[in-house]
Amino acid sequence: MVRVYHLGHGRAGDKGDISNVSVVAYNDEAWHILERELTAERVMDAYVHIAKGPVTRYELPNLRALNFVIEGALGGGVTRSLAQDMHGKSLSTLILTIDLPVNAPYPAPLS
Amino acid sequence: MTDRPLRIGVGAGFADDRIAPAVDMAKCGTVDWLVFECLAERTVGRENLTRQKNPEKGYNPWLEQRMEAVLAHCLDHGTRIVTNMGAANPAGAARATRRMAADMGLGDVPCAVVQGDDVADLVRTQPHLKLLESGEPLESILPRMASANAYLGADAICRALAARTPVTITGRVGDPCLFLAPAMHHYGWSYDDWPKLAQGTTAGHLLECSAQLTGGCFADPGMKDVPGLAELGYPIAEIDADGGLVVTKLEDTGGRIDVATCSEQILYEMHDPSAYITPDCVLDITDLTLTDEAPHRVRVAGARARPRTDSYKVTVGYFDGYIGEGQVSYAGINAVARAELAAEVVKERLRLRGFHYPEMRVDLIGMSSLHGMKDDRPEPYEVRLRIAARTDDRKAAEAVGFEVRAMHVNGPAGGGGGSDPSVREILAVQSLLLDRKLVEPEVFVEGEL
Repeated sequence: MVRVYHLGHGRAGDKGDISNVSVVAYNDEAWHILERELTAERVMDAYVHIAKGPVTRYELPNLRALNFVIEGALGGGVTRSLAQDMHGKSLSTLILTIDLPVNAPYPAPLS
Repeated sequence: MTDRPLRIGVGAGFADDRIAPAVDMAKCGTVDWLVFECLAERTVGRENLTRQKNPEKGYNPWLEQRMEAVLAHCLDHGTRIVTNMGAANPAGAARATRRMAADMGLGDVPCAVVQGDDVADLVRTQPHLKLLESGEPLESILPRMASANAYLGADAICRALAARTPVTITGRVGDPCLFLAPAMHHYGWSYDDWPKLAQGTTAGHLLECSAQLTGGCFADPGMKDVPGLAELGYPIAEIDADGGLVVTKLEDTGGRIDVATCSEQILYEMHDPSAYITPDCVLDITDLTLTDEAPHRVRVAGARARPRTDSYKVTVGYFDGYIGEGQVSYAGINAVARAELAAEVVKERLRLRGFHYPEMRVDLIGMSSLHGMKDDRPEPYEVRLRIAARTDDRKAAEAVGFEVRAMHVNGPAGGGGGSDPSVREILAVQSLLLDRKLVEPEVFVEGEL
């Protein structure tokens, strides 16, 4: 297993009740794994207890990036949410906890 | 026109952004434009209420401080300022800026104003318009509506820039438009020159959240390090006449700008990357490329755009009741069980007092308040209970924090650090689409040209 955390990095954005969470691969090898394994289904599974869904995945091969649009993720919308993190800024780090069923060396940190 | 590219610097990327980076940008003398983007989704609604209480207010509360910090430097260097700090009162913001300039001995500083984004009266006559989020007609929230503002485009801003004033102040406009407009104005790009509009819009999208392009919202120690987070430099776009685009930052500022930071920010708040709708165009970044050209210099190429849509997006602000909240902390052995017991006691107290809440949320901060509770996580040593509830009744909202704090004395063992009860009146927003033909942006100048 390899954690998404060791393959890529990302950011979460908000619009109404929709969160979008990106994952940008650290290198080509990580990109091929993410593109193949980090499916919308796996992401929905990771967010299912806090988001209604569905999850839509968009691919940007030039940027080695995936963009996941997660509906019903922000407690009814940023401006009326009861959540502590109304914007869902912290949702970017939940996707990084997903384990993918492959063996892969961890890329070097991006420093 | 010289050969060097146009340089557009960021002065702010949200309402409460740092001021010092804008001063660096104003002092450097090497940016042609300084852009302050300061309006979140519900800011205009909030400021509209302020304006109803005081007709001269209703603009960004930081306006005077920001202008005082940068205006003299900008006038010295010929750096022109563009900002949406006008919020619900762009003309009032222009007058305030001019008063402040006069008080500072900077003379008569004319300010161009863009308004006409306030469409509250217009949409009141069209209660059938559909709200994009709830799917209900506007009528459902009309009695509680506090504001309705259309996101105007770069065309309206360009008309204001043509007046060649040192300062241009808008209300609600699309965020990227604040950056596209100076490029369109400078190079005389036409509104159907899609490759250039695409590049200018991409520049705006990258820059509109200031430090989020230059190392803000990015650091993860040991994995993704960012030098100088306390002194992040804000980004600069260098745009040439053909739409060539490099993003960079000032030397001797903190942060980093490279393919990694730009990759995160280009997807920020984006859904379908082939259809990012702005008031000016429909942007497609599917084939975008980012290249590290030199340290802290990233070349951005390959953006495409299609013609703009027939409608303006309108944000409608409306009153949505109150949120009452309270917090109290527990630590040591069995801390989580004690926090959970406290939550049950608070709920029971509120029920006994006769309050009902359509929605209530119980969080254990330190355990499950951000990512929820799905896996078997180990229990933390300390936990902070947070209870928040929605209600239309202010008294019921006040009771939430009151009963949480009462856990100090009336609750489980060792509850401490109870927060002051918090009650927030909620100004929520929804969106709708409004036919462009119905909206008439207005442009005028406060002061002598």
